Amino acid sequence: MAEFLQFLISGLTVGAVYALVALGFTLIYNASGVVNFAQGEFVMLGGMVTVFASAAGVPLPLAALVAIAAAVAIGLLLHRFAIEPARGASAVTLIIITIGASILLRGVAAIVFDKQFHKLPAFTGDTPVDVLGAAVQPQSFWVLGGTAVVVLALYVFLEHTLVGKAVLATAANRLAARLVGINTTTIMALAFGGSAAIGAIAGILVTPITLTSYDVGTLLALKGFAAAMLGGMGNPVGAVVGGLLLGLLEAFGAGYLSSTYKDAFAFLVILIVLFAAPQGLFGRRVVERV
Amino acid sequence: MRALVNQRFVTLLILAVVIAILPFVFPSSYYFRVASLVWVSALAAIGLNILMGQAGQVSLGHAAFFGIGAYAVAIGPTHLGIPPWAALLIGAVLSGVLAYLVGRPILRLKGHYLAIATLGLGVLVALVITTESRWTGGPDGMPVERLTLFGWRVSGSYTWYWVTGGLLLVGTWIALNLDETPTGRAFRALHDSEIAAQVVGVDVARFKLQAFVIAAIYASLAGSALAFMNGFINPDQAGFLHSVELVTIVVLGGLGSVVGSIVGAAVLVTLPQALTVFQEYEHLLLGLIIIVAMIFMRNGIVPSLSNLLLRRARS
Repeated sequence: MAEFLQFLISGLTVGAVYALVALGFTLIYNASGVVNFAQGEFVMLGGMVTVFASAAGVPLPLAALVAIAAAVAIGLLLHRFAIEPARGASAVTLIIITIGASILLRGVAAIVFDKQFHKLPAFTGDTPVDVLGAAVQPQSFWVLGGTAVVVLALYVFLEHTLVGKAVLATAANRLAARLVGINTTTIMALAFGGSAAIGAIAGILVTPITLTSYDVGTLLALKGFAAAMLGGMGNPVGAVVGGLLLGLLEAFGAGYLSSTYKDAFAFLVILIVLFAAPQGLFGRRVVERV
Repeated sequence: MRALVNQRFVTLLILAVVIAILPFVFPSSYYFRVASLVWVSALAAIGLNILMGQAGQVSLGHAAFFGIGAYAVAIGPTHLGIPPWAALLIGAVLSGVLAYLVGRPILRLKGHYLAIATLGLGVLVALVITTESRWTGGPDGMPVERLTLFGWRVSGSYTWYWVTGGLLLVGTWIALNLDETPTGRAFRALHDSEIAAQVVGVDVARFKLQAFVIAAIYASLAGSALAFMNGFINPDQAGFLHSVELVTIVVLGGLGSVVGSIVGAAVLVTLPQALTVFQEYEHLLLGLIIIVAMIFMRNGIVPSLSNLLLRRARS
């Protein structure tokens, strides 16, 4: 039982990070139809900027804010100088542009920072908390709580503010949104900024547990993309559920089956799900018409 | 003008002449190696282009087949005592069979779903290669026995320049011819509109699968060639970033253009070699170049340039 609980909590913790990355994918995908492979780099930036800012003597909360601001700025730049100019290009072209951006950001991070692994101190100490016999790192609660706050804030923003509704309208139908006077370009910029902020928050929360370095973004982007697809691309609820599921799968797979194939379970399950339900778990069943 | 460019024979002739002339201008053996790398990447890209450019299907895990080809010629002779040339054929068959088996369910998917499914396949193959270190040497990779054909030991960058160049010529010839066959026309039909293709009687599922299998075999052969050439192989060759590189070559050069794939390979393989001068800034510049190229030449280098030339010629 204690072992089960241990796997459960560590799975949820990692899954929460995947969920945040997947939310970032979903937000940008809905607003602009772009699958942003540089999403993992926002997570990397969140961790790295916080590490270096706090090493320079900035208090941790302030360093975290600086990191989020830096990620948002880069997200906006990415939209303005890489996505905007390529408007109307094919999906594959746009994917390659974001992959190019991810290589570029990694290159910049390697120069501005360095190529070492970095750790942040846990926010509230390293003494494990006993939960029904399972030893849980306090940082796990920070990750889970932080994710919950982000998801809740995003929900309130989308459902209960005018700008949020404009985002939903743009996601539903870009042309119709423009016709009712929504500035879709601003909405897209907002989506890129928001995704960057969410990614950076994930990076800040998880760095005390998993460490960070200039190249952690690639695998995170893959897992986040997988989580988003598992839940059904474009569905925020699906993204969160997909992320948590992916984390649980990994944790239980590693715990009970094989730890060397930890990363394989995620992709194996994705393949199986896609074979059985090609739209993902929560995807809309789209009827195509000629 | 266009009719002339489209002539398969002229294209092949130009490629053959380029391959034959380049050695006269190479100042050192290092250039033979870089050129061989270009030929190998171009071969894999031409195959992928049949899938992406002609049949209109994305594969973000194509390096898996490249890796299978590479590891077949490494594992076969070392662990199983299979002659290297036979291992190359076995690798190609394995890649084709795997593509056939997973292609059936995967190719039912569209767009981003197809992208994540192929990506998943690629990641899985790469993971197996990295993890089964008893067979593959794990993350460190493993040495590859030299290729021996009829008692002739194929080695040295000069020799491999001609071998890979020859392979590329054959690969180009097949791809150009395929474009003119009923199969090639069927590919193009389902690229433009799957529904329309179905209406006129094209068996969409079968042709997609064919394109996937052909692309996998191209990649496998290219992987084997690279493994023989380097005498060493590591999991990076099967990894996600290499898959991305292959897709980038195809799109950068121009979807659907065989010549484009060769030009794309030339650009993407030589750039990092040239950029090593800037060492620190290599990745930064590479990312920047990819972004700028895709924004300003979104149809790819070769189609964009030939359009430009056509417009010049007309005015």
